[in-house]
Amino acid sequence: MKRWLPFEWIVAIRFLLEGKLQSIFIIVGISIGVGVIVFMSAMLTGLQANFIKRVLTSQAHIQILPPDQLARPQRHGVQEIEDPIIQRPSQRLVSVDQWQKIRRQLEAMPEISVVAPTAAGSALAKRGDASRAITLNGVEPETYFLVVHVPDYLVQGQARLLSDDILIGVELAKDLGANVGDKLNVTTSNGGARTLTIIGLLDFGNKGANSRSTFVSLRTAQSLLGMLGGVATIDLSLKDIYAAEDIAQNIQSANDVIADSWIKTNAQFFTAIRAQNLTNMLIRVFVGLSVAFGIAAVLVVSVIQRSRDIGILRAMGTSRGQIMRLFLIQGGVLGFFGSLAGSALGGFALIYWHAAARQADGTELFPLVIEFQLFVWTAVLATFTGLMAAMAPALRAAKLDPVVAIRG
Amino acid sequence: MADPILTLNKINKVYNPGEASEVAVLHDVDLKMTKGEFVAIMGPSGSGKSTLLNIIGLLDRPTSGSLSINGQDTSGLEDAELTHLRGHKIGFVFQYHYLISAFTALENVMMPMLVDHGFQTEKAEQRAKELIDRVGLSHVAHHRSNDMSGGQQQRVAIARGLAMNPDILLADEPTGNLDTESAKSVFNLLREVNRTSETSILFITHNHDLGRQCDRIIQVVDGRIVS
Repeated sequence: MKRWLPFEWIVAIRFLLEGKLQSIFIIVGISIGVGVIVFMSAMLTGLQANFIKRVLTSQAHIQILPPDQLARPQRHGVQEIEDPIIQRPSQRLVSVDQWQKIRRQLEAMPEISVVAPTAAGSALAKRGDASRAITLNGVEPETYFLVVHVPDYLVQGQARLLSDDILIGVELAKDLGANVGDKLNVTTSNGGARTLTIIGLLDFGNKGANSRSTFVSLRTAQSLLGMLGGVATIDLSLKDIYAAEDIAQNIQSANDVIADSWIKTNAQFFTAIRAQNLTNMLIRVFVGLSVAFGIAAVLVVSVIQRSRDIGILRAMGTSRGQIMRLFLIQGGVLGFFGSLAGSALGGFALIYWHAAARQADGTELFPLVIEFQLFVWTAVLATFTGLMAAMAPALRAAKLDPVVAIRG
Repeated sequence: MADPILTLNKINKVYNPGEASEVAVLHDVDLKMTKGEFVAIMGPSGSGKSTLLNIIGLLDRPTSGSLSINGQDTSGLEDAELTHLRGHKIGFVFQYHYLISAFTALENVMMPMLVDHGFQTEKAEQRAKELIDRVGLSHVAHHRSNDMSGGQQQRVAIARGLAMNPDILLADEPTGNLDTESAKSVFNLLREVNRTSETSILFITHNHDLGRQCDRIIQVVDGRIVS
């Protein structure tokens, strides 16, 4: 008998040890449930992190744009409209008004981690007889590369952007027969023209992006696109990606700009993530419920089996509260040990599945994310579930009339 | 005259009062027991002996009447107070030993001392060893109930009943399930306990030979004390 344990703990543990087979079966049941929760949570977290990383390392969390240019009806005197038919004007490339002031405001917001102005527009890339239409992205590498991880896509050369440097996609390089170190003539529709040196080749894993996307320094793009001192967008990276829509709305309401969050521009992707989270939560709830009912069923049977013991304990002065506690402890202990075994089971399944499940190109299907926190929370939750599940049987045991209990 | 350890005054017990299944089990039972007395309760089956013992043991409440243990009136006490009183003043020995099978003989005897955390485990173990030794079972102290004979189990139950040094030990046919030799041995143990301590014993039995060896016999018939 453990000298340091309180009475209720001594009895509860002995009861569990005496019904060894029963205890083992329910712990196996709990551990399977907990294992499923750990495995699913970790795998879905990994998959989700992977998808989000893929989506959000190739685009800004929020993009600030100048407002749409609108045509106003021509008026002749007060309330007299001369021509009521208004044609939507073509959207010229214009700068975000007072972008430097807005930039300072955004940099002061604690929820924003990176602010990167860009000057983007269309251009023509020519090399010899070949020419291709390209998207010219003028960026400050020290900020923009933190928003869109361009260096991660570099397959050749270096991710450097001096005034005459240009980074292009591998498909464009192939089309133009160019390689790192070659010169490229870039012209724009407003007459801007420059000869730039290919400093690196990028592979975004998407043929369209690889044949169009190019990156130059912000000043180079500004001069080519004829927007000296101006920027077409301000790209933001956030600390909490899921707060993007709220932050975008706040920015939009405080400034004369359009703020598009990744949630808005990737609505379908975000809906899929939310559906996945909901499914994950529902699975957790139902597995948790089945674990809880399993524990409750075993303890209800235990109360019936132990009714005589309960009667004797009551006769020797054990209070109703103590009887209740000793069954609650059993529930908690079953939940705790079940969660330990389940966490180990889930962990092993995760490691095995990570090693076995591969994508078509041989890369991992999901990153192996084993968070210690997940195991701690699962153990706490399973113990709490055990306690809650034991509540009904414990109350039943505490309410037993000792005379009836002893009579059996 | 010695101090009264137990006083019952006009105790009545009715089960399911006011319902069609109403049964009156005890009728105006008056009983006094003094410190150190060894009293036998005898009577036919269904006469209300066990109900009387359960009421005296504070496991059940009377429908009417009053019950005092060692001068303390128990009528208005809450369930928790009755439980505390039961744990400290009363010991039980049942017809079937009812040892808790998850524990050894020694641990079963320690159990009442650990219930209200009044005893340190070391002290409880020391006293349990003394009691196990007193009932002559040191050699099976670490055996579980399944590994002991009926007589041995009943002796352990007596040791457990004495663990808190109670004012009264209530024994509900403790020899009823034993062979003659074991029954005699268990009774002698109770007699010896009664002589060497101040514990009063209320002993339900159908055995007239054993009953005659008690200080007095109370006959219960149809819920009434007839002699």
